Amino acid sequence: MLAYIVRRLLQSIIVMVAVGFIAFSLFNFVGDPINNMVGQEATEAERERARQALGLDDPFPIQFARFAWNALHGDFGISFRLSIPVEEAIGDRLPATLELVFVAAVLALAVGVPLGVYTGLHRDGAVSRILLTASLVGISLPTFLIGIILILIFSVWLGWLPSFGRGATVNLWGWQSNLVSWEGFKSIILPSVTLCLFQLTLLMRLVRAEMLEVLRTDYVKFARARGLTNRAVNFSHALKNTLVPVITITGLQIGSLIAFAIITETVFQWPGMGLLFLQAIQFVDIPVMAAYLCLVAFIFVVINLIVDLLYYVIDPRLRLEGTGHAH
Amino acid sequence: MATVMTGEKATRTWWWRLRDSLHRFFDSDVFYSFRRSPVTVLAFVTTVIFFVGAFAAPILAPFNTNDVSTLNLMDAFRPPAWLEGGSSRHLLGTDDQGRDVLSAIMFGTQVSLIVGFLSVIFSVVLGVGLGLISGYVGGRTDHIIMRIADVQLSFPAVLVALLLFGFAKAVLPRGMQDAVAIYVLIVAIGLSNWVQFARTVRGSTMVEKSKEYVQAARVIGRSPFAIMFQHVLPNVMGPVLVIATISLAIAILTEATLSFLGVGVPPTQPSLGTLIRFGNNFLFSGEWWMTIFPGLALVILALSVNLLGDWLRDALNPKLR
Repeated sequence: MLAYIVRRLLQSIIVMVAVGFIAFSLFNFVGDPINNMVGQEATEAERERARQALGLDDPFPIQFARFAWNALHGDFGISFRLSIPVEEAIGDRLPATLELVFVAAVLALAVGVPLGVYTGLHRDGAVSRILLTASLVGISLPTFLIGIILILIFSVWLGWLPSFGRGATVNLWGWQSNLVSWEGFKSIILPSVTLCLFQLTLLMRLVRAEMLEVLRTDYVKFARARGLTNRAVNFSHALKNTLVPVITITGLQIGSLIAFAIITETVFQWPGMGLLFLQAIQFVDIPVMAAYLCLVAFIFVVINLIVDLLYYVIDPRLRLEGTGHAH
Repeated sequence: MATVMTGEKATRTWWWRLRDSLHRFFDSDVFYSFRRSPVTVLAFVTTVIFFVGAFAAPILAPFNTNDVSTLNLMDAFRPPAWLEGGSSRHLLGTDDQGRDVLSAIMFGTQVSLIVGFLSVIFSVVLGVGLGLISGYVGGRTDHIIMRIADVQLSFPAVLVALLLFGFAKAVLPRGMQDAVAIYVLIVAIGLSNWVQFARTVRGSTMVEKSKEYVQAARVIGRSPFAIMFQHVLPNVMGPVLVIATISLAIAILTEATLSFLGVGVPPTQPSLGTLIRFGNNFLFSGEWWMTIFPGLALVILALSVNLLGDWLRDALNPKLR
């Protein structure tokens, strides 16, 4: 177990170093940063001085080490486009994205799992068939199109919900929140539904497949033979055992929710991290790109690590295997 | 006289061979399962319609949307033909510059399909190559390739493609960007999709590696490279076809997403995603047809290709029969 954790940690660190290296090399590809800073009339001596002051003369490994050290302290320099420190720009936008992802994840779980259980239990029912066909369409619909269609129906035609921005947020101890007031909550409905739809269909199909598998096993048949109620068999015997993969997938999907938030935030002009990153790409704002890359990679690596370890905790079979040969 | 005879004979045997193979094809299990599934037939017909409509667009499309001189601003913002104010000349309406939406969709589908196909070919070449090497060579090489694959797989393809695109934008000089944007897009989408191919091919290569024909080839002294690409490769290509079909749908959707985000193909070569992006600006003034019709085309295309991929997976898998 310990060896496993250490090896996984080591792997995660290697990934982070690799991502950091990619982020750092971005800086080196876009010409001489000195040109942007000292202006046209600077003499060669002035340039040299500026270069030395910024440490651009140092050998590559030292520069990389300095970048990594600063990055670890959350210092990614100044945004080319916004002229404010990158950590400030991202810090402003982070709550918006986190709230959006949180609401979407809750929605996906709260709707996707029950639907999956239902379609698993009533596999030949008419409702199940309709739900399954709908989920196939849901998987083929790209996120941005879902957003556009929802805007067209609920904002343009019906006029019920706002279609862009965060609307009225409430300041909760420095955290701008959409979840406290009804006005703010109205703004988050369409973006979060858009963001969750793909994960919802994925979860539903996964839970359904797992349920079908588990319902065939001997211990479920035995539970039925013992005369337990349907409710007890379906929920405390069958559903419980489908939850291991569900937890894994949910964990991993939170990472992709953060990534897909880029698209949702663009459609709804939601002032989050994803929109910031997209604008950074369009304006070649390297510091923001590098910071976003590192931050997202960090979130992904941490989630992956937690999921892998959770797997170990939840599934006793893995623990048994692990004592013999760790893999 | 004799030469004519052999020529005739050659054409006849050629003809017979074709008839024979066609006959065998229509008699095969794969065709039987195709015929038995109405959804698959429908998906196939739809896909063919899209292909013909897209690649014959210069002939079939009612207007050439790439030719600015055919545009008439008087025709701008026309709704679809069946709505009030619509005209039968523009079946699906026109956009803000009087461009025919149906024609724009046909030309846009062409761009989407080309980008989709080329990026899938790119990922197949890369993924199959790396998968073969990984599975055949094994050891440290295998370990490194598979770790990279694992790491990449934990990031969604759209994000990887977006990052690669941003990277290319930072590296390339500004003047070149529009000219090479489409190739950058193809490489970015291709690089974001290779992992599935590599994993599958690696798995089947490891199985094939221990078979007798590989050992025989090794005994007669063929180079590892020749064994990999001439002997093993043909035997591991089956599942690759299935993944390639599903990848095509994914690639088309990824391209549309990137173009919608404004980081895809340049506006001079609008793909379906670009059309949706332009149309999106007019959503609030009620001109929904500029967005919804290209969107519908995109979804139907992706869904049909997906359904074909699903069918192919089941049809080629003898275990499910």
